[in-house]
Amino acid sequence: MATLPFPEAAPLLAILVSIAAIPLIVLSGSKPNLREFWTFLAGFIKLGLVLSMAGYILAGNTYTYELCKVLPGLSLKLTVDGFGMLFALVASTLWIVTSMYSIGYMRGLDEHAQTRYYSFFALALSATIGVAFSGNLLTMYLFYELLSLSTYPLVTHHQDQEARTGGRKYLTYLLSTSIGLALPAMLVTYALAGTLDFNVHGIFPAETAKSTLVILLIMFLYGFAKAGIMPFHSWLPGAMVAPTPVSALLHAVAVVKVGVFSIGRILTGIFGIDLLSTASLNVIVCVIAGFTVIVSSLIALSQDNLKRRLAFSTVGQLSYIILGIGLASQLGVIGGMSHIAMHAFGKITLFFCAGAIFVATGKKYISEMKGIGRRMPFTMAAFFVGALSVIGLPPGGGLITKLQMASGAMQADLLFVLVIYLVSSLLNAAYFFPIVYNAFFCTEEEAMFDKKVAEAPMLCVLPPVITAAISVGLFFFPGLFVDFARLMVTGL
Amino acid sequence: MIKEQLPILILAVPLLASFAITLFARKSKIAAFALLVGAMGMSFVFAIGVMRQILDTGRVIHYHIGNWQPPFGIELVIDHLNAMVLVLVSGAAFLTAIYSKNTVPAEVPYRFPGEEVPERVPNYYTLYALLVTGLLGIVATGDAFNMFVLLEISALSSYALLALGGGRAYFATFKYLIVGTIGACFYLLGVGYLYIKTGSLNMPDLKVILTSPALAESPTVMIAFMLIITGIWIKMAFFPLHGWLPNAYTYASTTTSCLVAPLMTKVSVYMMIRLMFSVFSAHYIFDRLGWQNGVVWLAAAAILFGSISALGQTNLKRMLCYIIVAEVGYMVGGVWLANADGLIGATYHILSDAMMTLCLFMAVGAVIYKTGDASLYAMRGIFRKMPVTSVVFVIGALAMIGIPPTCGFFSKWYLVSGAIEARHWGFAVALLISSLINAVIFFRIIEIGYFPLFDEQEGEGGHHAHDRAVIAEAPFSMLLPMVLTALSLIAIGLYSNEIITGLVGRTIPAGLL
Repeated sequence: MATLPFPEAAPLLAILVSIAAIPLIVLSGSKPNLREFWTFLAGFIKLGLVLSMAGYILAGNTYTYELCKVLPGLSLKLTVDGFGMLFALVASTLWIVTSMYSIGYMRGLDEHAQTRYYSFFALALSATIGVAFSGNLLTMYLFYELLSLSTYPLVTHHQDQEARTGGRKYLTYLLSTSIGLALPAMLVTYALAGTLDFNVHGIFPAETAKSTLVILLIMFLYGFAKAGIMPFHSWLPGAMVAPTPVSALLHAVAVVKVGVFSIGRILTGIFGIDLLSTASLNVIVCVIAGFTVIVSSLIALSQDNLKRRLAFSTVGQLSYIILGIGLASQLGVIGGMSHIAMHAFGKITLFFCAGAIFVATGKKYISEMKGIGRRMPFTMAAFFVGALSVIGLPPGGGLITKLQMASGAMQADLLFVLVIYLVSSLLNAAYFFPIVYNAFFCTEEEAMFDKKVAEAPMLCVLPPVITAAISVGLFFFPGLFVDFARLMVTGL
Repeated sequence: MIKEQLPILILAVPLLASFAITLFARKSKIAAFALLVGAMGMSFVFAIGVMRQILDTGRVIHYHIGNWQPPFGIELVIDHLNAMVLVLVSGAAFLTAIYSKNTVPAEVPYRFPGEEVPERVPNYYTLYALLVTGLLGIVATGDAFNMFVLLEISALSSYALLALGGGRAYFATFKYLIVGTIGACFYLLGVGYLYIKTGSLNMPDLKVILTSPALAESPTVMIAFMLIITGIWIKMAFFPLHGWLPNAYTYASTTTSCLVAPLMTKVSVYMMIRLMFSVFSAHYIFDRLGWQNGVVWLAAAAILFGSISALGQTNLKRMLCYIIVAEVGYMVGGVWLANADGLIGATYHILSDAMMTLCLFMAVGAVIYKTGDASLYAMRGIFRKMPVTSVVFVIGALAMIGIPPTCGFFSKWYLVSGAIEARHWGFAVALLISSLINAVIFFRIIEIGYFPLFDEQEGEGGHHAHDRAVIAEAPFSMLLPMVLTALSLIAIGLYSNEIITGLVGRTIPAGLL
């Protein structure tokens, strides 16, 4: 066996490093600077570990690290492949940026219980990387549940009535679907296939009845409610009561993308895209996800609370990704998987900007933001770029992947999906551009902010600018993520 | 040399300790406590020794008491199944003994508030040791009548222990005494019928005799089985025979609940498995009698009833008691699914459920000890006041809900797989619904613990104010066993494959594979 360019336990270490930081964070709770230093240290080590494996994976290898055997024929194991690598890279990069932003936001607002906040944030990141590197469905389920639980204290951070309601809704939706739908579906799958290890050719035996497959597919799609497929989406707007950095990382990136990632894994690794297209299961996925795309975009149009509008936009974009992977055509899968990265950078920029506006002005509603661009030009410029990427216009990275997905729809010969993509992009533009337009194009009299209002603290402005710049960078160099996604369809 | 005597030492040490406490430690609480902990620790070590022997040799241990040969003498028969249960019972009793250091002197001496009767503490420890002796004996013995004797030893000492809770405990225990005695009578009657038909009381011997076709047809044997199984169901509080349990366990003192609630029901489940497959046989019960469908439906009803009743409770202990009723349904249903996965799940659940229940009762006991309140609202602000206890509680709760990698997930996994294999969808759905209800129950409590009081919040000026933590954690003697129990929940989960292939799976009767 060739020597590995990274330590043997690298995937495990990448997961554990942020858990290891928790005691340090708690112990240095009274010294905020030292406490945040641990977060950053863990963040960079995590990113380093992930990157150390990137080259090896890019060369076409996959790496498996077995933890322990828990059931006959089923162990907890970690596998690093293109898809997992792509997601781990996105999550670990954005953790660092978000930590930077958290400092600006949490200190700017003088929030309580910051130690608890950073501790659970670190735990949530462990779970996210765990999902990315899961080698089978059981391991993924384990980390998926860990993520639901570790983000609960973050969602309910404010500990007031609104947070309580939001948190309750959050857990009700996530736990009831995962226990009520995903778990039994997993058990049935195990009973049918005798394994839960991901395999690009699918794991179901050829004689499995189609009706069984359809039922399982639907149970899995709704069972991983973090992906926000309607009607199991409403925890997401509810969870917007969380502090903005939480919404940004967890609800535009980690949590929701874990849902999409899990469904992507199940579609490509449990069913296998061959089975999806030969048994026409992809039509079911497309109808369910397509419905969500259109309806959520329509709802987003009517939201006045900026974070809620972004939340509904996220719901739509998540189903967009599922739609891409669910097409079960090569281009669709590549586009869908890499759209996880594109959307992550774009959407986190938007959330960062929403938070920066809140820190600087205390405003949450779009109707109160007329003229904001004149006072906070950097923030709103970043917002504009982020919006371009999410809509899929140049020079945003989202364009590349949206094009791929649209071509994937033609490849799969499902033209109605193409229509969904186009209509949805129009709707995206319709709910984002008015915000940007009103922010910049108004007379001095119409502006709702007086001259005193200025940009939020440096640490709140820099992160969105960075992520916006990356979004543009991805337009020119999409290969960074697309190559990883391409690994998942070679040889099929 | 001593290695051969280990099986009897497991029982003898706690028995002798109960005498020693009465004789030598009547005046000193500390001496009584030390004797108890020492005896429980030794018993635990011996139980592990026996399990090691069985794992190393792979052979069943037959120990003839007084060297009287079976079927006339009493013998202890220890195989993989009861070796595991012995370790469980002695381990849980050991942990609870440590836990008792502060709670027993605080609760037990007071028959009525203010009226201290100091000798109640050594008496309590005597009964504790006797109860554990009885439980260990039930698990180790290979003799059906001997099992009855030990069942009564443990039952009688448990009546006394439960009644020491004072107040309403007297009445609740009296009810339990009546019902428990009826259960024991059923069992005795059943064993009597078997003795009439077979002339034997030794379990391996009975099994051989009962295979004869004439006896398999005999209505007497069938009635004996019915009586025995009903007796055991009463003892384990299987729905609808559960009425005595919630009150008896709720009003008991903290340590008593921690000892009795996890172990008594689990040992009864063990008795059921032992008698079903080591005296009767899978073939006789599932093929000839064929009641499994009805019993599994009853188990599903038990699960739903227990879970829904638990949802309606505002007293923490009573809520846990109803969860026990539901969990008994898990295990009975698993056994009666009549396939290997179901039985593995049920047997593994004996281990995991005992530890989960222990964990939760200990955490709740610590809260009651510190706050003096047993209602849900005792949990208010618990995350700041008692951080360690609340983490233990959360781990126990996650195991009850069945979140991996805690042990509760894996027992549920096997039980649901068994239900799928038996095509018993009702039971599978009941298990999942119960998980969901547990999630509601426990997250409601976690929410109460996590969010501050509203009036308190307004009084202190919004959410920026509650950074002032007042930590009032339980004493170390309570925290240590609690934390060990919580860690064991995760360990049992992660090593589930080893436990199942090494211990649980070795005793699946041939008819079920």
